[in-house]
Amino acid sequence: MIRPFNYHRASTVKEALILLDKCRDDYKIICGGQSLLILMRQGLVAPANLIDIKSVKEMSYIAYDPKDGLTIGATTTHREIEKSPLIRKHYPVLAEMEKNLASIQTRNWGTIGGNLAHGDPAGDPAPILIAADATVRMATLERERTLPLADFFVDIFETALQEGELLTEIQVPVLPKKTGVAYEKFNIIQNQQGIVSVAVAITLAADGITCNNARVVLGAAAATPMRAEEAEQMLIGKKIDAKRLARAGNKASEECDPVGDIHATETYRRFLIDTLTTKTAQKAWEQAKAAG
Amino acid sequence: MKKKLLHLTVNGEHHELYISPKKLLVEILREDLGLTGTKRGCSTGSCGACTVLLNGVAVKSCSVLALQADGSEVTTVEGLAQGAKLTPLQRSFLDHGAFQCGFCTSGMLLSATAFLKENPTPINIRDGIQGNICRCTGYNSILRAIKAVAEGKYKEEGR
Repeated sequence: MIRPFNYHRASTVKEALILLDKCRDDYKIICGGQSLLILMRQGLVAPANLIDIKSVKEMSYIAYDPKDGLTIGATTTHREIEKSPLIRKHYPVLAEMEKNLASIQTRNWGTIGGNLAHGDPAGDPAPILIAADATVRMATLERERTLPLADFFVDIFETALQEGELLTEIQVPVLPKKTGVAYEKFNIIQNQQGIVSVAVAITLAADGITCNNARVVLGAAAATPMRAEEAEQMLIGKKIDAKRLARAGNKASEECDPVGDIHATETYRRFLIDTLTTKTAQKAWEQAKAAG
Repeated sequence: MKKKLLHLTVNGEHHELYISPKKLLVEILREDLGLTGTKRGCSTGSCGACTVLLNGVAVKSCSVLALQADGSEVTTVEGLAQGAKLTPLQRSFLDHGAFQCGFCTSGMLLSATAFLKENPTPINIRDGIQGNICRCTGYNSILRAIKAVAEGKYKEEGR
């Protein structure tokens, strides 16, 4: 049963921030609510105040600038991202991820900002966005700040958002030249959360062989989405071949910190991360080779 | 917890209700408006039985607070047929025996309605109902029914 709460609806960012400030002691923000309502029904979350930002239209947008990259408003739905021609053109990996994020109904109503603010380590968007070096913009009544998305996740279901603070925008820089970004998740039923997931970004040097930069980001492999930095070191500055990719997979499997649960044991998750990291890195590498 | 006023147009009919903020859209439809065609299955957004169209897009009404739908137009399974005149999808479901127990049917019909509106000539019909579970596993006849409509076999009936 959902416990009683006071309902407040904001129509603008300003209104939302005023409400957050007013309800400072005890509130939850709801947008699509596709994760939150389940927790509320289970009685795991029982806020005194629920602040609804679903109708804050000024936070629903997708824009692309050839210099500054992509900006996505926090209340943009998964489906809007999936279908956006801008995203399909510049970040096809994001559109593909969104298509497999959940059922159509959930994607129609759930939002990118809500997904990130929920802080679920198994969420799909975070690993790709971290691999693409995304930042998030947050606002309170008094100030605004930006934070690399990699630093946004503090612990399981816990983010850097402070009291009175609202996640307003996700910023993704233009991908460097000769860069490939790939994302894979392993699950039994299509469109469900991954048992584990891996995003890899690889940037090649002008020679097309040496790896200039690499990002390996794991989902459902620790309390938060995590960068596998030792795996990245297996690739950065090296000439990539099948052996290198396999070694990156080994490293990721060693350095991650997964739990065992109803879906998979810890051992199985490590095994999956090994295989999936190698496979995803291979895909990113091939894309980087083909990229302009 | 103060009650709040909800304006909702359901199947073309306007309603004004004072509701508890914690009411879900599916509860308003079934309990307050008596539209029990919308089924409540898992209540966790997994099964799709409660699918309705909210301003034309498919959502799971167990996972939407009723107040979030304030001012919106909702279509439930009761709103598909015009009087006794069934929609092509409904007729095709009948012709293809696309139900066993029938519990998933409302959700399947609404997902398929939204899907065909968006993709009149779909490549993969399975994509359209991947958010709907049929516990009887009668998927093949459901897919055949949707395919027949997509192929224009029920076109002369309009809609």
